[in-house]
Amino acid sequence: MENNLKKVDIIFEVDDKCTPLEVLDKTLKRSADDIILDLIDSGLKGRGGAGFPTGLKWKFTRNESGDVKYVICNADEGEPGTFKDREILDRVPEKIFAGMTICGYVVGAKEGYIYLRGEYNFLLKNLMKKLEDFNNALKKRNIDFRIFFKSGSGAYVCGEESALFESMEGKRGEPRNKPPYPTVAGYNSKPTVINNVETLVYTTMICHMGPERFKALGTSDSRGSKVFSVSGDTPIPGIYELELGMPLHEFVNEFGDGDTKAVQVGGASGHCVPRKKFNDTIIGFEGIPTGGSMMIFNSSRSMYNVLHDYLEFFTEESCGQCTPCRVGCQQLLKGIEAVKRGERPPAYLDDLKKLTGTMKIAAKCGLGQSVGNPFNSIIDNFREEIIY
Amino acid sequence: MLTTEALVKELVEKNGRTRNSLMPVLQGIVQQEHYLSEEALLCVAKELDLAAADVYGTASFYTFLDTVPRGKNIIRVCKTITCHMKGKDEIVNTLSNALKIKVGETTHDKKFTLLTANCLGWCHKGPVMLINDEVYPELTPQKALEIVEEYAKSTH
Repeated sequence: MENNLKKVDIIFEVDDKCTPLEVLDKTLKRSADDIILDLIDSGLKGRGGAGFPTGLKWKFTRNESGDVKYVICNADEGEPGTFKDREILDRVPEKIFAGMTICGYVVGAKEGYIYLRGEYNFLLKNLMKKLEDFNNALKKRNIDFRIFFKSGSGAYVCGEESALFESMEGKRGEPRNKPPYPTVAGYNSKPTVINNVETLVYTTMICHMGPERFKALGTSDSRGSKVFSVSGDTPIPGIYELELGMPLHEFVNEFGDGDTKAVQVGGASGHCVPRKKFNDTIIGFEGIPTGGSMMIFNSSRSMYNVLHDYLEFFTEESCGQCTPCRVGCQQLLKGIEAVKRGERPPAYLDDLKKLTGTMKIAAKCGLGQSVGNPFNSIIDNFREEIIY
Repeated sequence: MLTTEALVKELVEKNGRTRNSLMPVLQGIVQQEHYLSEEALLCVAKELDLAAADVYGTASFYTFLDTVPRGKNIIRVCKTITCHMKGKDEIVNTLSNALKIKVGETTHDKKFTLLTANCLGWCHKGPVMLINDEVYPELTPQKALEIVEEYAKSTH
């Protein structure tokens, strides 16, 4: 079968003729408005999963009044099946630092923070050294911006931006009500840009190569490329930067083991796509968006076990603040166990699906709202595996 | 080794006497004492001028900020789906048998605590475990055993 899957090398590309610091020097000679226009023109959307246009986020924060603003890099990568940010942090941290500094210049922030998940503390030794060099380079250039690290302590929900601010402020990582959005009141209730690790690297690279080269990749709804974390039943697990907007069947042809039954797109909180839908599923904002997690399952896997694993995960990681999520996750887990044991009839699964509808409307943050994604897509496509 | 009180004072000095320093202070205590004792939580509350309940509230939220005594080496085996598929159960069972403890328990000599953890971010190289801050991917039961034996030898 013909395969058009396009591999790209932007994120990890090392160009000795133009280091991240040189990109920074070049970019800071331009006006903040020009940089924002380029980012908007590039079509870059957030690479953490939610997909908010990055240029607009920077513009909104720039437009806020006040002397104190912050730039935060969300390195609390916790979505099951995602490990691309760890690789980026390990291999090209200077590109992240440069992106944060450009952002600081654009929005008028003097401090940047990288919130690194506690599970990645082993990266810190190397990262601190590189950050010290970078901060010194900023000092030498008289650029009034400094970057610091903050560590997480093992809480998935802190990847939710407002929970992350709470954690940085020394509180329980419980998401806030929105609005106000971070661009208005984020860390310390000040205007804050919070971007994913990968998004910040793309901002550096768009400043380096111009929006045209980025825009030429992908589709009209999903510009550019994205780093995918490929795992599960594949002979070649790992990190791959691919053009967005690819049909899922091309992805499976490249990465599957020939016996792929389903792909979980977007991690535990994403959607499970069965084999019969590979042909008409697009990976991108017009189809199924993803923070990059692609977990492949072959026909030897029980989808009951997969769903059970996800629900255990959400039950443990729900912060417990709002009832729909706290109780909802528990009941979904108990519910599929009861159906499996024959204590509840198969039709009970439809009641549970209604519960995910309530969670989607009533849960406070993306965690509770998105549990229905894996739940409904697995129940709908693999109902018999859940029951029998 | 510093007393708990001296350690808290030192951490507060280093990180600043504000609420925003609470996480790094608690993390610093866990680094040294492996968990947050009642004494430590009360010291932090006093030093940062916070209600003790507030400090406990934050501490009890986070998986890595333990409020029960832990061993010198905390083993966390990833239990999320891809590590599950690649055999994390065998790793857990092997370590559990070797250390003669169940998941969640600490050995009598206080050298090891065995825990499971949610996704550690090594799905392409599972099964994986953390021992303290160090990561060990692509485990086999044999490999896991050898690594833990190394820690046993070097921990006093």
